[in-house]
Amino acid sequence: MLTVATGNKAVAAAVKAAKPAVVAAYPITPQTEIVEQIAEYVTAGEMDARYIPVESEHSAMTACIGASITGVRSFTATSSQGLLYMHEMLHWAAGARLPIVMANVNRALGPGWNVWAEHTDAFSQRDTGWLQFFVSTVQEAYDTTLMAFRIAEDTGILLPVMVNLDGFVLSHIMQSLETVEIGDYIPPMVLPHKIDVDNPAGYGTLTGPNDHFKFRWEIERAMRHSPSVIRDAEEEFARRFGRKYGPTDEYLCDDADVLIVSMGTLGKEAEVAVDILRKEGVKAGSMRIRWFRPFPELDIRGRDLVVLDRGYSFGFGGVLTDSIKSRYRDASIFSVVAGLGGQEVTYDDIAEFVRNRRMNEEYWFGVDA
Amino acid sequence: MFEIRIHSRGGQGGVTAARLLAMAAFLDKKHATAAPFYGAERRGAPVTSFVRIDEEPIKIYSQIRSPNLIVVLDASIMDTVDVLQGIQEGGTVLINSPHPVHLPGVNVLSIDLTGIALSVDLVVSGSPILNTPVLGALAKMDVISRESAESAIRDMFSDERNVKAAEAAYKELIL
Repeated sequence: MLTVATGNKAVAAAVKAAKPAVVAAYPITPQTEIVEQIAEYVTAGEMDARYIPVESEHSAMTACIGASITGVRSFTATSSQGLLYMHEMLHWAAGARLPIVMANVNRALGPGWNVWAEHTDAFSQRDTGWLQFFVSTVQEAYDTTLMAFRIAEDTGILLPVMVNLDGFVLSHIMQSLETVEIGDYIPPMVLPHKIDVDNPAGYGTLTGPNDHFKFRWEIERAMRHSPSVIRDAEEEFARRFGRKYGPTDEYLCDDADVLIVSMGTLGKEAEVAVDILRKEGVKAGSMRIRWFRPFPELDIRGRDLVVLDRGYSFGFGGVLTDSIKSRYRDASIFSVVAGLGGQEVTYDDIAEFVRNRRMNEEYWFGVDA
Repeated sequence: MFEIRIHSRGGQGGVTAARLLAMAAFLDKKHATAAPFYGAERRGAPVTSFVRIDEEPIKIYSQIRSPNLIVVLDASIMDTVDVLQGIQEGGTVLINSPHPVHLPGVNVLSIDLTGIALSVDLVVSGSPILNTPVLGALAKMDVISRESAESAIRDMFSDERNVKAAEAAYKELIL
């Protein structure tokens, strides 16, 4: 059905279609609308799920873990400080191989108190073992949330998935949305190690170094296998519903000399900058990274990269820049730190970054000369 | 692309007006986005919302800098906010006011949306509702079609007084 919705409402609609058995959440700006809408679905009888209001995000994730280990689908949503409050349990969810899906509406961290878009919250959870996707439109938020359940629950993966959408910029914008009848796109969840009262087993017991090490290697093995599962989920989605997704969203990249590399909504704004630059004779392209973990293979050979970083590792560099540099040591990068705390970054600004690029340097937009 | 900036105060319905407008444009088979700028929201604080309407899909997320049309739901905002900032040459300002307003160098249309809301008793918690009547005025200005304006209102609100107010605004606005 074709309709209009905000990013938050689109996520809620996708969750409704995915039919989780349990949703546990604590409200936080700018995510609140997602769980409010889900609570309304449950109250109205449109969703046959148990909605557990909890006293904190730590408890929200713990409730999802408790539900998931019984072999049922679970979902939560959060932002910013809430995501950080969950941190300990994010490691637990991945370590226990529980395919929980979470929407994280990206928001800066305090102090000073700031409710606007920034990717630091998600980046700070980079090494927890969660798969992370970043989306750029209301439609993509809906589609990716649906795909997230299928990917997480694949028996070759069994890892939690985080779908990231920019706070306010995407969570609160209204755009067109085509909802789908998902049919059997997400197969019933089968958790091989679910709690079974007829076969008692120990969970979370003391685990010696050798076994612990093996468990960690198993997580990485699943991560290394995940690109094929994600691609399969994306291809099947395209086959059934007509919309194609991949590890990156590339706009005029084939013949480009300079690529604007970004994540989230800045990637769409960058496409407008590409159109402006092309008119000036600059062969620019936009490469928006959709999968942050697992980090995808990128075709960047021989091109200048202008990387837009909406999150920073203090004492080192931009987090997206860092991921690209670690994998592609020879990459020629102009690292632009921009959009922190909801800083306004326009297509004109992005075009200007490209025109004035200084390769292998870093630039803080609005601060540096 | 047609770009509209809506100025209101928190609680007056500027954000909802933007969403209704985008919905109506969408029903007109156009592409549209509605994006409120959220600051520290509180009732009475100035709020800005942005609506873009185009034949092509819209990729821009940044704020509107050169609007074709500016809608002012509360004329008293003009005491503290430069509502005309960045207005395109030949751009129009639609102001909710019982009196004609003159602003040098721009086309000004005024309409008493507050009076219209009160006349059909469209009042919630003591405040007249402005977001549905303004859609009637925007339909008269051909920003959206009259039919889509009414459908968008009915889609969001079941109270028919909203449609009545929009119709009254459609009739009352003098172009």
